[in-house]
Amino acid sequence: MTVVDLPLANTLTVQSNEKSTKNKLSMVIFSGDMDKILAAFIIATGAAASGMEVTMFFTFWGLKAIQKSGVITGKGLFGRMLGMMNRGGLDAIGPSRLNMGGMGRWMFKLMMKQKGVASLPELYEMAVDLGVKMMPCQMSMDVMEIDPQLFQDNVEPPVGVAAFIEEAAESKATLFI
Amino acid sequence: MSTQTTGMVLDLKGLLCPMPVIKLAKAIKDIPVGEIIEAFATDPGVMADIPAWCRTTGNELVTLEKNDKQFRFVVRRVK
Repeated sequence: MTVVDLPLANTLTVQSNEKSTKNKLSMVIFSGDMDKILAAFIIATGAAASGMEVTMFFTFWGLKAIQKSGVITGKGLFGRMLGMMNRGGLDAIGPSRLNMGGMGRWMFKLMMKQKGVASLPELYEMAVDLGVKMMPCQMSMDVMEIDPQLFQDNVEPPVGVAAFIEEAAESKATLFI
Repeated sequence: MSTQTTGMVLDLKGLLCPMPVIKLAKAIKDIPVGEIIEAFATDPGVMADIPAWCRTTGNELVTLEKNDKQFRFVVRRVK
C-alpha cells in the first residue's frame, strides 16, 4: 500500500462553526410519490410528537406535496406541460409502484381507509399542528416554474442548500426521502 | 405521593401508526405534571411505540398490558 502525501496547497480547508446539536430532525423530501410522502409525514409527525423540532425541505418532485390541489403550475410551454402531466396536491399524487393511471392511488387510499390509517391530508394537517417547519427549494421551483403562491399557507419562503445545511448541521438526525 | 389522581382516558382504538403516539403527545399537554393518562388501543404497534415514546420524551410508563386483542396503557406526565 502506498500513501501519497498531497501538497498542502492542493487541500481545501473549510472552517466550520462548531455548533452543538439540537433535538431536531431535518428531512429532504425529494420524492413526490404518495407512498414515500406518506412515510415522510409519518416520521415527521412521530418525531414532532416525541418532542423533536422538525424541518422538512421539499425539492423537485417533493414540491408536489406542499402544492395546493387543483392548480396547474408552469409559465412557458414546457413548464405548463410539466404542470399538466405532474399535478400537485396530496390528492393528486400516486404511489411509486402500481399506480396504473390512478387505479393504484384509488386502491391504496381505499385500503388505508378500511384499515384506519390516517390519510395524507390528515397527516399533513397534523404536521402543521405540531409545528413542523416546511421549506421549499428555490432552485427546483425556478426549474419547474412553480409560483410560491401555489403552496399551502403554512409553507415558509423558498430557501437554498445553505439554509438546509444550516438546519441539518444542528440536527440529531437527517433523512432523505 | 403515588396516588393516582383523576387523569384522562384516551380512546385510541382503531387507530394505526402514527396516530396513537400523536394523540398521546397532544393529550398529555392537557393534563398537569404528575397526573396520568389511561389509554386503550388496538394497534399492536403500541407495544413497542409507547415505551419508546416515553423514553424519548421522559414521561413515565406506568402500565402497558395486552388483553386479548386490546391494549391498555397508563402514562404519567413527568414534565
